[in-house]
Amino acid sequence: MERLARCLTGRVALDVEARDWEEAVRLAGEVLEKAGDIEPAYTEAMIRTVREIGPYIVVTPGVALPHARPENGVLRAAIGLVRLARPVSFGNEVNDPVDLVFPFGTPDRDQHIEVLAALSRLLSDPRRVAALRRAATEEDILAVLRGAPLAPAGS
Amino acid sequence: MRVVALCGMGFGTSLMLKMFIGEILEAHGVKAEVHAWDLGSFKGQDADIVVAPTDMKKHLEGYQGRVVLIGNLTDRQEIEEKLLPVVREFLDAQP
Repeated sequence: MERLARCLTGRVALDVEARDWEEAVRLAGEVLEKAGDIEPAYTEAMIRTVREIGPYIVVTPGVALPHARPENGVLRAAIGLVRLARPVSFGNEVNDPVDLVFPFGTPDRDQHIEVLAALSRLLSDPRRVAALRRAATEEDILAVLRGAPLAPAGS
Repeated sequence: MRVVALCGMGFGTSLMLKMFIGEILEAHGVKAEVHAWDLGSFKGQDADIVVAPTDMKKHLEGYQGRVVLIGNLTDRQEIEEKLLPVVREFLDAQP
């Protein structure tokens, strides 16, 4: 998870207000735009993808992974995290509503695989996902990714 | 046997699915090629089993082959419980 933590450094926004899924994806894209990872057109492409293909990017309860294609404006492989102050609905029949949004982009088919695999493992561990929801700061988020011991349930 | 993980673009969701599918099949000693495809290049040919997010079922309407729909794409147990019976059925149907 070290590489995932390194990639997310400086690309975490916590308790962001969004009215709806579209604004949530736009804010998530802006995090990567500000870091110089993607062009604004990529953010629009992420929104278009959900509209055209559907909200299948909500991969697990409460978690969306918006992305588009390399040619839509990726400058370098990148991933971010926006945690919403209030969950929004994406229209996904199984995994709505969403409060954790991980936008990502990759310039080709390979560069993001290792980080995507690390993210998949993280998301398959409900205790770590719960820790991401509790984390107070970006440093706390990165510590969860780096495998910091988890607080006992209920603490 | 060829298993295809399907998603909208072939860069994210299908790759996650492919990773879990590969691990599950290997753990059960099932030999299979596992591919991640996007909707645009998927025409249904050459897939023995298609695995896709539940949310994409409307894109698979009319498809005649074996389809496994997954709700929680990072839940290894759900993927395993839905995929393995279909894998067994496919293998049993082989001459």
